[in-house]
Amino acid sequence: MRAFTRGLLGIAGFLVLWELLGRSPLLPAHALPPPSVVFGELVTQLTSPSFISHVVATVLALLIAIVIAIAIAVPSGLVLGSVPAVRHGTRAVIEFLRPIPSVALIPLALVMLGFGPETKITLAVYAALWPILFNTIYALDELDPLLVDTARVFGTGRLGVLFLVALPSALPFVLTGIRLAATTALIVMVSVELMAGSQIGIGYFIMEARSGPGRMDQVLVGTVVAGAIGVLLNNGLERVRRRWVAW
Amino acid sequence: MSNMLEVADLGHTYGDHEAIGGLSFTVRAGELVCVVGPSGCGKSTLLRTISGLVAPSRGDVSLHGSHLAVVFQDYSRSLFPWLSVQGNVEFPLRSLPRAERRARAAEALEWVGLGGAARKRPWQLSGGMQQRVAIARALAYRPSLLLMDEPFASVDAQTRFELEDLLLRVRREHDTTVLVVTHDIDESVYLGDRILVLSGSPARLVADLEVPLPAERDQVTTRTDEAFVELRSKVARLLNVGKPALDVEKWAAAERESLSETVSS
Repeated sequence: MRAFTRGLLGIAGFLVLWELLGRSPLLPAHALPPPSVVFGELVTQLTSPSFISHVVATVLALLIAIVIAIAIAVPSGLVLGSVPAVRHGTRAVIEFLRPIPSVALIPLALVMLGFGPETKITLAVYAALWPILFNTIYALDELDPLLVDTARVFGTGRLGVLFLVALPSALPFVLTGIRLAATTALIVMVSVELMAGSQIGIGYFIMEARSGPGRMDQVLVGTVVAGAIGVLLNNGLERVRRRWVAW
Repeated sequence: MSNMLEVADLGHTYGDHEAIGGLSFTVRAGELVCVVGPSGCGKSTLLRTISGLVAPSRGDVSLHGSHLAVVFQDYSRSLFPWLSVQGNVEFPLRSLPRAERRARAAEALEWVGLGGAARKRPWQLSGGMQQRVAIARALAYRPSLLLMDEPFASVDAQTRFELEDLLLRVRREHDTTVLVVTHDIDESVYLGDRILVLSGSPARLVADLEVPLPAERDQVTTRTDEAFVELRSKVARLLNVGKPALDVEKWAAAERESLSETVSS
C-alpha cells in the first residue's frame, strides 16, 4: 500500500509539473495544453463514437498482431531451441533481420500490402516476434535435464517431453517475452498509424488532430490513451504471469 | 524366487573414460538390493543404463517385468514445479482414465503420509516431503523395479532416518523390488537385503553380500546390532582394499563431507 501511495504521489507531482509548464509563458501558447484541459477533452472524447472506434481499431489490431506473433514465434522457438541444426542454419538470417527497425520497413510494407490494417498488423507482428522467439529459445537452453530424464523414465516420448516438459518449463520466459513484445508492438502500431497506412486508429486520430484543426489537447488525449493501453497490457500480462506461472 | 533384473557383463565408456567395467548381477523379485561404492565410481552411470536413459556400450540389462520407476537424488529438480503434488504423482499415469489416475495418486500419497498435501505445489513443501512426493510418484506407477539414485543424500539426518524407514515400510507393504544406489555404507546395510559392493572407476563388482538382519529394522537397535556393525566394517574394508591410493583419499573425503553434513544438520 505504501508503494501504491508513493506511486500516486509521483503521478500527482508529474501532473502539477505539467500543469505549471502548460500555463507558463516559457512555451508558445497552446503548444502544451495543461492536464486540466486535456483530461476535460478526454472525458468528451470518451463519449464520442468516432474516438472510441479509433481506440477499438488500434486495440483490436494490436491484439491480432500479438496473437499472430505468439503463433509464429513460440513454435519456431521450440524448433530452433530443440534442433541445433536448424538453429545454426538460420542464425545468420535471424541476426540480419532482428536489428532492422520495423519503422524502416513501412515503405516496403505499404507497397506490398497497401494502406489497409494488414500493413500495421504485419509490421507489429514483425516487431513482436523477436522478444518472444528469443525468450523461447533461451528457455529451452535453460531446461533442466533432470526434468527431461524424469519424464523419459516414466515412459514419455520426444513429443511428450516437448509438450509436457519443455513447453510448461519455458512458459514463464515465454510470457515475459510476450509482455515485452506487447509494448513493442504498441509502439510500432501507433507509429505506422501516424505515418501512413491507416485511415483509423489512435495514431491516425493524433495525426488528424494536429494537422487539421491543430488541436493539441486532442493530440495529447490520443497520447494519454495510447500510454494507458500500454500500461494496461503490461500490468495485465504481469498479473497473468503471477497468477498462472508463479514458480 | 524369480529374478526381476538381470545385468550381464554391463560396460559403459564415455569417450575414453571407462565408467563401468563389466558388471554382472541379479535382483530377485521382492528384494531390496543396495549398490554401494565410492563417489564417482560409476554408480549413477549404472543406474542410467539400467533405467534406459543411456544405452550401455556393451552387455545386457533385462527387466522381467513391465516397467521401472526412478527416484532421483535431487527431488527439487525432479518434480515438475508447474504441477501440483497430485499432478506430479499422476504424471506417469497419463494413459489411465482420469478417475483411476486420481484414485491411484491419492492412494500413493496416503502411503507416504502426504494425503493432505495433494493440492500444494512441490516447492511449497520441505525437502523431505518433496522426496516423499517423488517416492509416491514412483509407487503410483506400480513399477516392477524401483530404482533409487542416492535418494536420501540431500536431506538432513533426521529426515533421512524417517525416509529410510518409510522406504522399508512401503516396500514391505507393497512387495516392491528395489535397487538403491548409495555411497553411504551404513545406509546400504540398514536398508538392504543384499549389498553389491563396487570398486572405484571403472566400476567392478567387488562383493555380493547377504545382509544377515531381520526384515524388521529399527534406527536405534539395528544400528547397534552386532551383525550390523560387523557387516558395516566388512563393507568399509572392501571399499578400501585393492584400490589406488588416490581413489581411497577421494572416497574418504566424500565420506568426511557427508559426515560433516550430518553433524551440521
